[in-house]
Amino acid sequence: MRFVDEFREPELINKAADEIRRLMDPARHYRLMEVCGGHTHAIYRFGLKDVLPPNIELIHGPGCPVCVLPMGRIDDGLSMAADPDVIFTAFGDMMRVPGTQGSPLEHKARGMDVRIVYSPSDALKIAKANPARHVMFFAIGFETTAPSTALILMRAKAQGLKNFSVFCNHVTIIPAIRAILDSPDMRLDGFVGPGHVSTVIGCRPYEWIATNQSKPIVVSGFEPLDILQSILMLLQQLRKGEARVENQYKRVVPWEGNRAALKAMAEVFQLRPYFEWRGLGFISQSALRIRDEYAEWDAEQRFRIPGIRVTDPKAAQCGEVLKGVLKPAQCKLFGNECTPEHPIGALMVSSEGSCAAFYNYEHRKTAALVGLSSVANLSSSA
Amino acid sequence: MCLAIPGKIVEISDTDRNSASVDVLGVRRRVDLGLLEDDKPVTGDWVLIHVGFAMSKISEQDAIDQMRTLAMLGETEAALQEVQGYGLHDRDDKRPGEQPEASATSQAE
Repeated sequence: MRFVDEFREPELINKAADEIRRLMDPARHYRLMEVCGGHTHAIYRFGLKDVLPPNIELIHGPGCPVCVLPMGRIDDGLSMAADPDVIFTAFGDMMRVPGTQGSPLEHKARGMDVRIVYSPSDALKIAKANPARHVMFFAIGFETTAPSTALILMRAKAQGLKNFSVFCNHVTIIPAIRAILDSPDMRLDGFVGPGHVSTVIGCRPYEWIATNQSKPIVVSGFEPLDILQSILMLLQQLRKGEARVENQYKRVVPWEGNRAALKAMAEVFQLRPYFEWRGLGFISQSALRIRDEYAEWDAEQRFRIPGIRVTDPKAAQCGEVLKGVLKPAQCKLFGNECTPEHPIGALMVSSEGSCAAFYNYEHRKTAALVGLSSVANLSSSA
Repeated sequence: MCLAIPGKIVEISDTDRNSASVDVLGVRRRVDLGLLEDDKPVTGDWVLIHVGFAMSKISEQDAIDQMRTLAMLGETEAALQEVQGYGLHDRDDKRPGEQPEASATSQAE
């Protein structure tokens, strides 16, 4: 139990762990999926696997926006930015994600005008400050970031800003969960539901998981105690044969979500008929496009995009890892060809990706133990 | 990850009701209140911030809890870097290569 000493309330952690042991059926193997990449990161960081009994297996879900973005979309975005009149803006986590011709950061090194923004509204600011050039914002994220993109598009339209557009790659979490539940090689007993996505969408959209799929789901916070309590709540339901939506993260997540954010999203976006997810393939109605009323600010309608499709390197098994069929270290490339320093698959790029999280918190530790100092000396920050 | 950063509203702009000065661990930056249209915060309220937008009002205790969560996750630095990045610091006019380099922290969820 590596990080237990750092826990705020070690006695509560131990109590939760004891209660989990008491409630579980020792003869049963539980497969619980944490949907959100933030939870994946926290689970590895706190070494929660060491706190949980071995028959509770945590499967890492698709809730890492960088990880599920197909490489072709990165190529598409960068191809639009090849025009010297275009300023390419994106969040920091996009900058190291490899396209076939390199990452945005590598394009920047070759002279392309690529800028990091920490907020979509800063992309709008850059557009106002550079009226002679076109500013494209490469938008990614689930429902946590999509409302902010919607709001800046509403403002760009209201202000009649002509030199700004959004390349929309926003995805929605529910269809991804549905695709995973429909996948024939997947058996799950319940879900640790995403925390911050739920501040926007609330808890109602998960009800079909309970009613139609008979799986419990508990929306969870990010502290070790939050995650353990959520697992405990799942076990309590499973023990009674129940399947309900519960909210462990009430201090932040309102049951109804954020209406203003949902309204902004509905105003600006509509569902795409289908969208490709890296590792999961095409999922119907799983992503957002910009409505025709906002076509002038939609990079896809404004520019001719090549629509590049890239198959992942054959040896990389990102899809299997993403669906929880393989553990990160079971991928052929893990730790040798594919590392956080030189990622081949997207799960290695983001600190929320299960491969990077596993590498940083498990693999380095093991490497250090066996004296591979060259690996162990690498910085642990992905 | 979905870096949710707690901040306290210090001042709301008179000219733009959606623009607030927010204190995050001693750093003050402009944060957008446009997504709290239905439940407008006032000066002194605590909010959770995602990518420069206040997404929910929270209690002071929740804000303290959230700061502790960030510290536990080793993300306090990333949160501060993100907040310091809001508003761009007049980086707009600089040409590529001249901008201060920001490392790739995780923001989008």
